[in-house]
Amino acid sequence: MTYIAKPKLHHPALPQNEAGFTRRDYEGTISTLCAGCGHDSISAAIIHACFELNIEPHRVAKLSGIGCSSKSPTYFLGNSHGFNTVHGRMPSVLTGANLANRELIYLGVSGDGDSASIGLGQFAHVMRRGVNMLYVVMNNGVYGLTKGQFSATADRGSRSKKGAVNADAPIDLASLAILMGATFVARSFSGDKTQLVPLIKAAIAHEGAAILDVISPCVAFNNHAGSTKSYDYVREHNEAVNRLDIFTGQPPIRADYAPGTVTEVEQHDGSVLRLRKLDEAYDPSDKAGALAHIQEHHAAGEIVTGLLYFDPTPGDLHHGLNTVKAPLASLADGELCPGPAVLAKINAGLR
Amino acid sequence: MHTRGPIAAINDFVVKFANVNGSGSASANELFARSILRMGVPVSPRNIFPSNIQGLPTWYEVRVTEQCWLGRRGGVDMMVAMNPQTWAQDLKEIDSGGYLLYDSTRPVAKSDLRTDITVIGVPLTAICNDTYSDVRQRQLFKNIICLGVLSWLFEIDPKEIERLFGEQYRGKEALLASNVRALNLGRDYARDNIDPATCQLKVRRADAVGDRIFVEGNNATALGCVYGGATVCAWYPITPSTSVAEAFQSYCKKLRHDPVTGEARYAIVQAEDELSAVGMVIGGAWNGARAFTATSGPGISLMTEFIGLAYFAEIPAVIIDVQRGGPSTGMPTRTQQADLISCAYASNGDTKHVLLFPEDPKECFDFAAAALDLADRLQTPVFVMSDLDIGMNFRLCKPFEWDEGRTLDRGKVMTAADLDAGKTFGRYLDVDGDGIPYRTFPGTHPTKGAYFTRGTSKNRYAGYSEEGSVYVDNMERLLKKFETAKTLVPAPERRDAPAPTRHGVIYFGSTSPSMEEALDRLAASGVPLDALRVRAFPFSDAVKDFIDAHDSVFVVEQNRDGQLRSMLVNEIGIDPARLVPILHYDGTPITARFIVKAISSHLEQTFSIERRLIHS
Repeated sequence: MTYIAKPKLHHPALPQNEAGFTRRDYEGTISTLCAGCGHDSISAAIIHACFELNIEPHRVAKLSGIGCSSKSPTYFLGNSHGFNTVHGRMPSVLTGANLANRELIYLGVSGDGDSASIGLGQFAHVMRRGVNMLYVVMNNGVYGLTKGQFSATADRGSRSKKGAVNADAPIDLASLAILMGATFVARSFSGDKTQLVPLIKAAIAHEGAAILDVISPCVAFNNHAGSTKSYDYVREHNEAVNRLDIFTGQPPIRADYAPGTVTEVEQHDGSVLRLRKLDEAYDPSDKAGALAHIQEHHAAGEIVTGLLYFDPTPGDLHHGLNTVKAPLASLADGELCPGPAVLAKINAGLR
Repeated sequence: MHTRGPIAAINDFVVKFANVNGSGSASANELFARSILRMGVPVSPRNIFPSNIQGLPTWYEVRVTEQCWLGRRGGVDMMVAMNPQTWAQDLKEIDSGGYLLYDSTRPVAKSDLRTDITVIGVPLTAICNDTYSDVRQRQLFKNIICLGVLSWLFEIDPKEIERLFGEQYRGKEALLASNVRALNLGRDYARDNIDPATCQLKVRRADAVGDRIFVEGNNATALGCVYGGATVCAWYPITPSTSVAEAFQSYCKKLRHDPVTGEARYAIVQAEDELSAVGMVIGGAWNGARAFTATSGPGISLMTEFIGLAYFAEIPAVIIDVQRGGPSTGMPTRTQQADLISCAYASNGDTKHVLLFPEDPKECFDFAAAALDLADRLQTPVFVMSDLDIGMNFRLCKPFEWDEGRTLDRGKVMTAADLDAGKTFGRYLDVDGDGIPYRTFPGTHPTKGAYFTRGTSKNRYAGYSEEGSVYVDNMERLLKKFETAKTLVPAPERRDAPAPTRHGVIYFGSTSPSMEEALDRLAASGVPLDALRVRAFPFSDAVKDFIDAHDSVFVVEQNRDGQLRSMLVNEIGIDPARLVPILHYDGTPITARFIVKAISSHLEQTFSIERRLIHS
């Protein structure tokens, strides 16, 4: 593959957002993924969400691991620094980056092989540390770049393109993230942009560990009958528990909901999440209930999507470390080096 | 039977304490060493400890050395044998004419004792049992009573020990009084029961310590990281490096909090493993912070993939390797210099990394700070190759220094102003001809200077490319950068023999104090050697010049395979036949006695072969 540059000419009448950027300013290079790949839809949703959130593109740092999913950060936010790290280890690099500069928005992009197999350890620990980030898993249940092996999120009994039956139990990254202490856990489908975009926006606005498990069918290796991660299967078995709208200002007053079906929550950054319940019994603030619901529906062959778990007042890693508000990377020599007079005292104490 | 009579020495002897791990002996032993230091006499103590918390044998060896030979001497003049488990082994280790101090509460059969040493029995347990009713007190004060006996035997000024108690128990007057009482119990017993001439090892006041400080290498490394401006420390506990991160934490608590808000100007994360630790370091440094991790050999093995990424993507990373015995889990609490090759070439593919070799805590401080500068300047991983011997033992060394006007070298960073001024930015573009490109930090500029960092091959503008010529161009530039590193790393230190010689010796790191002593002893016995202490990899040209100037060069190392020697052969094309390996790798620190013997016997063999050749 070669490095493909997009044409730099912009349509003069492209609409700008409040920050003065057009949609094109959030795009990256042309995707080299297969035509119809779910990952490209997720990239488009990220572009859409960042545009609508009026984010300055260079204030985002996008980090990924290895695999098809991890290649996608080149396809969006071309004016952001990106880092294609090593397989399964993006979480630690993202954590270090976040430690150095808490002011940027961190977007971790990973896949099911990257997060659930080789990187399961780092996945768990980045959640428990509460790193302020959006962690997107582009989950297709299959290894694409090495041509069709099962990943650890493939359902037991599902069939590979070559006809092999998966005998191993699947790892549910959303459930695991809830258990590990993530404070914003959602699942969506790459084919459902109206559900996905608000979830991305809310997750970015969330000041804690946010994870989005996005089922993203692999058109080349996992879109056949017998797969539980194909477009058809996910469309037929998608059980959304709620619908989310997010407002960065005052939300418009809407009166067309039945009483008790809408919840509004304000996040720390001032954004307001309006949750429309699709499943009356589902409460995304109830951790144990969320886990049980996901398990029960999974057993019935259904994929639960929506905002699954949410803590509107999370603490993040920096909160626990009590670090200064300014980025550590921006501190001047004088704020870091105690100087010779202090050293003389230290020497005196070592005699 | 004394064959040579009891050993008599002033300010020049070795005392070894044989204890049980977890019995509270460590602090009493350290007091013993410090009290001699306070009398102006240098000491060099070493902990010889097991990978265990309680119950296994542990030793503490103190070399009293007015000449300030701080290496391990070898041999034992007095054994303080407090561990029945190791009694036979400890007894055997005493030099002929030496001394044994033991707890005589339970009688020992004469046949169990040697006749060529002086045996001093003190009923320590009986004294404790008579004095204290509390079991824990009996145990703890036994060590202090023993210290009292020793102070009387060696004629250490008890006022110095009391002063040390005073510093240790400031504000805890009851503890101070009870320790002084225990000390005097031991002194009184010795005065009443032991002839002062029994022990002819004596400490006399001297002025040989000067302004030196007494500190552990790991503590010094941590302080160097504070002074060098490190803000991100990510680590995973592993002996013998753990105390680096712990000391960094304790220094930062004192020195790195905002005086108004109390907030921390640092972040320390105990990672889930070494992979994650070095990943955080790389993420932090990519984003503009100065970041480091501390580990040991097994940790390096785990970090290897990430180290390759940092090399190829050109991200600064400081890795402190406090080496221990390998391979695998090896000897976790023993010392070696056996990670040179695994660090110098860590990663798949072609890589070379910068290594620094500190000789003592002073250089641990200097090189930790220097490593943070070098990593930013060279945009590459830099290793500080300490070891257990330096890292976990108190060592007398020159005081730490920091110049008033010294600034941190943050290397080639392009700012928003540079980009607005129209400077060309190519992340992997060699603008200055030194192989070092410019970098930008995330968040710098809305439309300029963003790039994609990757472990895959790329062109000068950070674009993905598998084009052969593009790949070679980048790899050649990395080599050029390594050449530049040669001029930036600490230069080797040369010490010429008092008389002209055809033979040289190369050494590095913790071998230093034993080597200095060995050089003096060899010169005194008619074997003058020129010496070069290598302080970094890549090797500066002075290393080749030194080898070229001698017929043969001994390379003294604490590993089995002669790793530095291999690197000298590989990197500067030295004929292996001219480099004679002198290798010590049993996990104990190398001694001057070992070096003198190994070099002398090699030279004798060579001379006898030469003589035979001449006569035949």
